[in-house]
Amino acid sequence: MVSSNGDTPAAADVIHTSDLTKVYPGGVAAVDGMNLTVYQGEIFGLLGPNGAGKTTTASMLTTRVIPTSGRALVGGIDVVKQPAVAKQLIGVVPQTNTLDRSLTVWENLYFHGRFFGMGARRSRAAADELLVKFRLQERADAPVTALSGGLAQRLMVARALLHEPAILFLDEPTAGLDPQSRIGLWEIVGSLHESGQTVVLTTHNMEEADQLCDRIGIMDHGQILALGTSDELKRLVAADTIVTVTADGDLERLAQVLRDDVTDVDATTILDGMVQVAVRGTDRVLVRVIGAAEDAGFAVRDVQVAPPSLETVFIDLTGKELRD
Amino acid sequence: MATKTAPPPPRQMYQTRSAVRSSRIAFGALLLRDLVVLRKHLREFIPRTIVQPLLLCFVFLYVFPTIGTGVGGRGGAAGESAFATTLVAGVVGLTIMFQGIQAVALPMVQEFGYTKEIEDRVLAPLPVSLVALEKVAFGAIQGMLAACIVFPIAAVVHARSIHINLSVHWAVLVTLVPLACVACSALGLTFGTIFDPRNVPLMFGIIILPLTFLGGTYYAWTTLSPVTLWGVHWLQILVLVNPLVYINEGSRAALTTSGHMTLWAVYPALVAFTAFFLWLGTANFRRRVIS
Repeated sequence: MVSSNGDTPAAADVIHTSDLTKVYPGGVAAVDGMNLTVYQGEIFGLLGPNGAGKTTTASMLTTRVIPTSGRALVGGIDVVKQPAVAKQLIGVVPQTNTLDRSLTVWENLYFHGRFFGMGARRSRAAADELLVKFRLQERADAPVTALSGGLAQRLMVARALLHEPAILFLDEPTAGLDPQSRIGLWEIVGSLHESGQTVVLTTHNMEEADQLCDRIGIMDHGQILALGTSDELKRLVAADTIVTVTADGDLERLAQVLRDDVTDVDATTILDGMVQVAVRGTDRVLVRVIGAAEDAGFAVRDVQVAPPSLETVFIDLTGKELRD
Repeated sequence: MATKTAPPPPRQMYQTRSAVRSSRIAFGALLLRDLVVLRKHLREFIPRTIVQPLLLCFVFLYVFPTIGTGVGGRGGAAGESAFATTLVAGVVGLTIMFQGIQAVALPMVQEFGYTKEIEDRVLAPLPVSLVALEKVAFGAIQGMLAACIVFPIAAVVHARSIHINLSVHWAVLVTLVPLACVACSALGLTFGTIFDPRNVPLMFGIIILPLTFLGGTYYAWTTLSPVTLWGVHWLQILVLVNPLVYINEGSRAALTTSGHMTLWAVYPALVAFTAFFLWLGTANFRRRVIS
């Protein structure tokens, strides 16, 4: 663990959970005793595969899922005891399109403001302003059903920000978006960061987590396995170089050979048709790995060398790949 | 950790409204949103509201008497007029009932089923139950609008030979119609949270059709006593589980001089049905949106 969290919230905590647990009917703990602190102004990422408990965590913090035990405070307010108050501080961009199909683009923003207690004039001004900021003003009067996936997503982000929430939740924000829209969304998150907006985002995309987040919590089986900045997490892997060898034959034996014959191998992991070797140091690593494999009679088809990534950290922690 | 530290006291760091104030504002805004959408869709609301009652009155009170096959015709023009009086009150009750289904149940089935809009609505700063109750309030408003539109049609569309014995009892009208509208809207909430889009035909086939045909729209409940089996007024007893019976009987009491079930039964039964459907619908709604 790079960073641990005490029980006492510090001055700038926006989110503080203690032993937060959700057990769904059937007995599976989707989130298991989570202690998490998110500080004001940071972009915090929950990174993990599907089913790791990221969305359940976000749903508990946004009052949609009632925890089985433990406690969660958002802006100092208990989300279970005072959901109607806590919701005032929360903006949510869910995975699915939940725009109001009976309203226009502008009306979606305007009525959101009204729901959150903004007066007619203030809500109108805020809707106008956000349409310009999110480059949607030309579509102000369009029905939301006419928006592409990327534009709908942008409108949902604008809507979630309209009431100036203390914290913005983005649940898998770029899943299903085309590459251009994805970059557009990343730019938006970047500018939110500059403006001091606190953001929690859940993702199974390590590039997204790496690029956007100040701190990342790596999740699996309902628990945070490691937590820290991207660099801190990468330093968890003792190795300096990750060599991925693609070869035919018995990969178990290849892994054994590499562990035995190559010096300074920290760990080997068998992935789909590949063996990943974590090596300390960078000196002649490639030559040593290929040599050992070919000496043992393996036909090496491909070799990749890379520094440790979040993917490596995840594999190191769980023994499996993050990508599904 | 050997000793567990006490959880820290909640600290208020951001400006928020009290739950009561925030809920009141959000409830009003949700209602405003629904009324704006209704205004946009008036061109759909009006035909949807008037077609069924208009056709009922046209066929039963104009076509049948004109071609000499009027219901109640054996009693002559007086018999036909008595039936017309029964039907006009029933049509108002039926319209209110259909509003509950069309204004609350069907949109909710859609919102849960595929539009997912409800998922955003429950993030508004008010308790989830109030989001459901706002739908009921809006459905009740539509029910009252529909009753206002339909009553003149029902009272006017009929053959010349027919005389409808209308007599408005205002005290009953202004209490019963809103109560009936809330009851039907709450029924709509219950149906909207039980059925999914695939089951909507089932909802119409096995629940709404029996409710309407056995709801005393075409006959007064008091006149069912001749239907007996082994001396038991089985139909009269059986239909007591149908809320539409009380609405139609109350409507008769409010609008006509014809015989009706005692209001001492109508009001308590409607209040009980309303409370039951509000409870069931709200509980279902919570279960659907919160886990």
